[in-house]
Amino acid sequence: MKPARFEYERPSDIAGAIALLQREDIAVKIIAGGQSLGPMLNLRLAQPDLLVDITGLAELKHVEESSDCIIVGACITHADMEDARVPDVTHGALPAVARSIAYRAVRNRGTIGGSLAHADPSADWVASLAAIGADVLIRGPAGQRSLAVADFVTGVFEVALEQGEMVEAVRIPRISRSARWGYYKICRKTGELAQAVAAVLHDPEQAVFRAVIGATESTPVVFTDASSLFGGNSVTERPHALDAGLADQALAAAGMTDKLDRQIHVVALRRAMDKAMRA
Amino acid sequence: MTKQGVGSRVLRKEDDRLLRGRGQFIADLRMAGLQDVAFVRSPLAHARIRGISVPPEYQGAVFTAADLTDIKPIRAVSGLPGFKVSEQPSLACGKVRHVGEMVAMCVAATRAEAEDIAASVQLDLEELPAVHDMLAGRKSDTALLHEAWGDNIFLETNVEVNIAAALDAPIKVTREISTARQCQVPMEGRGVVAHWDNRLDQLVVHSSTQMPHIVRSGLSECLGIEHGRIRVISPDVGGGFGHKGILLPEEVVLCWLTMRLGHPVRWLEDRREHLTASANCREHHYRITGYASRDGKLLGIDCEATVDSGAYSSYPFSACLEAAQVASILPGPYDFPSYRCRTWSVATNKCPILPYRGVARTGVCFALELVLDAIAREAGIEPHELRLKNLVRPEQMPFDNITKKHFDSGDYPQALSRAIAAIDLPALRERQRRGEADGRLVGLGMAIYCEQAAHGTSVYAGWGIPMVPGFEQATARVTPDGGLELRVGVHSHGQGHETTLAQVANEILGIDISRIKVLHGDTAFTPYSTGTWGSRCTVMAGGAVSRACEEIARRAIAIGAFMLKADAGTLSVRDGCVCGPAGSVTLQEIAYVWYRRPQDLPADVNPGGLEITAGYKPQRDSGTFSYGAHAAVVAVDAETGAVEILDYVIVEDGGKLVNPMVVDGQLYGGLAQGVGTALYEEMPFDGSGQPLASTFADYLLPGPTEVPEPRMFHMETLSPYTQFGVKGIGEGAAIAPPAAITNAINDALRPLGAAELLHSPVTPRRVLQAIAVARMGKAA
Repeated sequence: MKPARFEYERPSDIAGAIALLQREDIAVKIIAGGQSLGPMLNLRLAQPDLLVDITGLAELKHVEESSDCIIVGACITHADMEDARVPDVTHGALPAVARSIAYRAVRNRGTIGGSLAHADPSADWVASLAAIGADVLIRGPAGQRSLAVADFVTGVFEVALEQGEMVEAVRIPRISRSARWGYYKICRKTGELAQAVAAVLHDPEQAVFRAVIGATESTPVVFTDASSLFGGNSVTERPHALDAGLADQALAAAGMTDKLDRQIHVVALRRAMDKAMRA
Repeated sequence: MTKQGVGSRVLRKEDDRLLRGRGQFIADLRMAGLQDVAFVRSPLAHARIRGISVPPEYQGAVFTAADLTDIKPIRAVSGLPGFKVSEQPSLACGKVRHVGEMVAMCVAATRAEAEDIAASVQLDLEELPAVHDMLAGRKSDTALLHEAWGDNIFLETNVEVNIAAALDAPIKVTREISTARQCQVPMEGRGVVAHWDNRLDQLVVHSSTQMPHIVRSGLSECLGIEHGRIRVISPDVGGGFGHKGILLPEEVVLCWLTMRLGHPVRWLEDRREHLTASANCREHHYRITGYASRDGKLLGIDCEATVDSGAYSSYPFSACLEAAQVASILPGPYDFPSYRCRTWSVATNKCPILPYRGVARTGVCFALELVLDAIAREAGIEPHELRLKNLVRPEQMPFDNITKKHFDSGDYPQALSRAIAAIDLPALRERQRRGEADGRLVGLGMAIYCEQAAHGTSVYAGWGIPMVPGFEQATARVTPDGGLELRVGVHSHGQGHETTLAQVANEILGIDISRIKVLHGDTAFTPYSTGTWGSRCTVMAGGAVSRACEEIARRAIAIGAFMLKADAGTLSVRDGCVCGPAGSVTLQEIAYVWYRRPQDLPADVNPGGLEITAGYKPQRDSGTFSYGAHAAVVAVDAETGAVEILDYVIVEDGGKLVNPMVVDGQLYGGLAQGVGTALYEEMPFDGSGQPLASTFADYLLPGPTEVPEPRMFHMETLSPYTQFGVKGIGEGAAIAPPAAITNAINDALRPLGAAELLHSPVTPRRVLQAIAVARMGKAA
């Protein structure tokens, strides 16, 4: 369990990193916190020729708060979020998600950008940031572009990054003070990867009612308008109880064939909603 | 002086270095010229080796079976009638028989480079059908691992006592019960460093092992080198649990390699190797029937037990160590008149079985205790009432049970009653009637076990395995300044012997334990011993230390009598002094005279002086029987299948406890592993014999948040046969948790009419499946 040989670069600015990522003659991989890539290197599941360490890039630790959102650099750690070293525009929603990621040792090093770029279907950020309506800010040779988290994640460990592109930051929208948020995770033991996650954001002021079911065998199942799942009231009204049958059908339609698997995902969604309504 | 002797809760001496990270483990060794080894391991469970190709640039750095012409395969033969012998080549020869079997050995300056070389070696394998299911493997028309056998059965046994009398009992409960294959996962993996010492003309093998002397014997047999030219050193060992109670093929080939290359070589087991090449324990299957009277009196047990023994017979315990024991220990601490048990040790395309803390008992306890709960439900009585009706009673002690196991002492009903009282059964039943605010289902389960420990010559001679324990020896030496050195052949890898054996010596000589040094783990300076296994060290090595210290006391008294001008008959050793009615002299003063002023010694002094090697065996060597009652309260989330342990009670009787705090530690550790077996740990295999978990993300271990804080209660019923009345307790706490927890889950699910959970680990998915099956049954 020792990595295959690789070269290592630690560029001092984003342009330098992008230049290295553009090399087509070799396999290049970015490393930030290394909490997923480290084990993959040791297991030789990843055998890049070159590792580009982006933890030296000050831009990626940058945080910019505005009236409607906050932009957090890709190298902001889970612990930065957990401890609210980064201003929280979600009234405690995302710090609580951060607190539930793996173990503190992982959170100290693991980064929000790394988690999204790795796109493990069980990752907490993939589901929760999709539900909160965050965008991924992407930097590449052609400049900057952005994608909603739900569009950025295209499959299991697959994201919409082109050759030479990297995650630069995440834009997290400010949610209303009256918004209801619920996040629920089912996992075998503390710190393990989730077997089912669900997140619900009900923010009538901004006319948002979004639900996400994560830890599926593929991309998260996103309900941009979750009203119909919860009795069909308009987004400004109080939702009814979850229509479990509908949720089950949606999961089946998304390709989740196993009945018990669907069951725990539906339970996670119902409990996330329970938490949201209790909050 | 604070009391430090037998029974004292003194802090462990070894923890000063271990807790400060100053332990010296295999990977801490530094040696000039050391090179690392990585192995090419078989990717297939069963295949014929057609070829092994090594890139030209790595010729000379890769070795295969073709190079090892001068070493013998590992043979661990059992003398039990009908046992079939396997020959385990140190590097695979002709065939590979399990995933992870070593095919080639690659050596380089670093492990990473050795792995590079290993990755470049191409294997040409012709895949053969694999035996991945032991029940299928029992049938003769399946693929054969060892063709000459004609089947895949290492050993079949049958025990029968008057079973016919039970067959028409009014209550008859049959269950199919099984336990998953597990890894042992010590914190420190295995590791070997081998080099040749030219000055001593000796092979020096550092190995993370529980049994340095047995490893030396095994190496001598495989390498054809006499014992005197092999020295095995076991440094600090970070947990053994049976995983390190073995002669490793890795040890054999590293010894060969260092002799071939002339420089030190090292292999350190990594976690992937551990998980995929070493899932070696606990996989049992039982078809078991319990017979009882209407009021719950047990009339008989009839069982077919199958154990997945893996591909080879491991040295020294052999491939039948579990199945052959199952038949004799299945009755547990219960007294009933009819019994039958057939067992099969089946060779499969998995790595060879090893003993794991509890050795067979964990599976046996699981099977029997689950069936007892099923009988209690059938009889309509509380599970503890059923057990109280059938447990061996204190007035029957010593008691020979239906399989001739000799129970030395104990009060089993009291242990169970105390556990049930601690749980507060009426309150728990009321809580169940009320229901939980969060909708979860609460249940109570219990299990009681006995642990035969420190069993010796008479037991093992019957098995006829390569290792039969005899007298255990210890060397005691008073140093010239009045300290004490103890040398023992057992090894401590978490047990705390550096403290507890010092406490035993302190009890006899009164020397402060800070001045007692326990030396172990080196064949060069310790008496021969079969090592640390079978919860034997406190009984055996503790007994030997006692005998040696008693003799030291006698000799000190003889010198002291001369110095005090007193009659030896009036003197005794207390608090580090030889004391008499008219004065005393310290052991330090006696030592000074013996070593530094021999001119002051009496003419008839014992020339053996203040150093002695003494041997010990209990009055009966059939083993001590420690035992415990475990009771668990769980909450089951019927929507997700999640199980939380709300309360856990252990009432344990280990005879005289040398250090109750160390025993508490054994209970904590055993419980943690038991919780792992109950709820988390499982190495699944696919139909081609591939192990499916290769990291801790797939092979789940309980962590601090999953292991409950147990409420522990000690009883101390002395063994009539051992020094101080001690009993072995090292494994017990790992035996009962799977049964207690699963019984609690089944109790919790009763309101749903759920099918019982009968397979460990009880994963959330298995819980949901059981509930789904029950719902279908209700609907039908």
